[in-house]
Amino acid sequence: MAKLILSMDGLVLKEIPLLKERMSIGRKAHNDIQIDNMAISGEHAAVVTILSDSFLEDLNSTNGTLVNGQSVKKHFLKDGDVIELGKYKMKYLAAPVAPGEVADYDKSMLFQSGPLPDVATLGDPMIAAVAQSQASAPAAPTLPAAAIQLLSGSNAGRELPLTKTLTTLGKPGLQVAVIARRPHGYFLTHVEGAKFPTVNGRVLDGQAHCLQDHDVIEIAGVKMEFFLKT
Amino acid sequence: MTNSLLGALEIATRTDPGLVRGQNEDSVFADADRGLAILADGMGGYNAGEVASRMATEILSSRLEKAFLDAAAHEAEGGGQAVVQRSLVEHIAAVNTAIYCAATDQSQFGGMGTTLVATVFCDDRVIVAHIGDSRLYRLRGEEFVALTRDHSLLQEQIDSGQISQEEARFSINRNLVTRAVGVDPVVEAEVHVHAVCPGDVYLLCSDGLYDMVEEDEIQHALELFGVNLELAAGQLIQMANDNGGEDNVSVVVVKVLHEFPAARGRWSKLRSWFR
Repeated sequence: MAKLILSMDGLVLKEIPLLKERMSIGRKAHNDIQIDNMAISGEHAAVVTILSDSFLEDLNSTNGTLVNGQSVKKHFLKDGDVIELGKYKMKYLAAPVAPGEVADYDKSMLFQSGPLPDVATLGDPMIAAVAQSQASAPAAPTLPAAAIQLLSGSNAGRELPLTKTLTTLGKPGLQVAVIARRPHGYFLTHVEGAKFPTVNGRVLDGQAHCLQDHDVIEIAGVKMEFFLKT
Repeated sequence: MTNSLLGALEIATRTDPGLVRGQNEDSVFADADRGLAILADGMGGYNAGEVASRMATEILSSRLEKAFLDAAAHEAEGGGQAVVQRSLVEHIAAVNTAIYCAATDQSQFGGMGTTLVATVFCDDRVIVAHIGDSRLYRLRGEEFVALTRDHSLLQEQIDSGQISQEEARFSINRNLVTRAVGVDPVVEAEVHVHAVCPGDVYLLCSDGLYDMVEEDEIQHALELFGVNLELAAGQLIQMANDNGGEDNVSVVVVKVLHEFPAARGRWSKLRSWFR
């Protein structure tokens, strides 16, 4: 299935599979793809997919629709085309012609009566290999390694590699924050305590904060620097 | 005398379609004051799975609430816990009938069904009923265990020694359930009772979570975010989606803040909870 990758300022927001023959894009809630932003028209554009071909149509939007930097009214989408609506970008990815695509059945299925599948079939190394490759299908994200270096406190100078999915910082009961290692970056989130951590002197709100190289974080009175290892 | 469940539980729920599926066929329900948490993962073409899971959570929650009110009003015989256990079985049977009838009467819902995991917290215990492969986990101290065993082809194969736990991770049969609500005229719910301790964290989840996220990662997230259940629930969904989000993913996280023992009369406590 072809899909659109919605992003803003280089940050991936959403992956949108083109499930319907016609997917409308706009600010209003009835659209298949709603982008709630004043620069987007109520009914801004639509993507029509027929078999494996997708067409983009601008629905006379106020601010227009760009594809690869060019203003378009109607456009036949090619793999990798970048659609721009206001500050939002949508990358069009054509359906991969992979054999795995055929297996688009319901994930949870009922296995009713009937004999168990042949054990020999289950043990077949070929089938096992296929299953294994599918299991590891979500390609390992190429995220650079990163670490935290303590700048103050009794452990100043110590380095803390961010290798786990979640790393806790701070003092339990007092102030705790977590750095989550995600496919598209490292995110700092406040977890516990009345006081919120600061990044480069600015107090964090309840949202996860995407850390940039050399950001200085302060948690529970301890300053530390986030850096990418290249 | 603390004979009230009020304030004993903190609950956060979250359900998400994931990154691949167009619709969300999971459904969740939670009511901390009544000690009730229910999660269902529907299956069936078009939007039938959605209908089945919604029917399961809505019908079961409303029937249980009513049943507990009625029971309290009549000072029914038998301990609260036994009554709850009976009610669960009885009302899950009713839910099964409702979904089965809808599926046979209306062709667009043909073959729909749903998994179900339902918990009732009562008298320092949790009563859990389940059908299919949605799970209940418990985090107590450093120990994280599944309290339910899937009704799945895979679990049967593991039990009969045909494949090992390790091989099971790569099995192609992992989503085949052997029991579901609404598929046959009659279904048997598996019911167990477990003692509850203050500080316990319970997690109800659909296969969209444990298929995408390793159990030790789930445990780690619950430990780290245990003080903030909303964050914990959000984090679990996020991890499933970061790992591919191939299925709908739903979680209900329940934390036990303090004890909630049954007081004097058998039904006095139930009455106070369900009032």
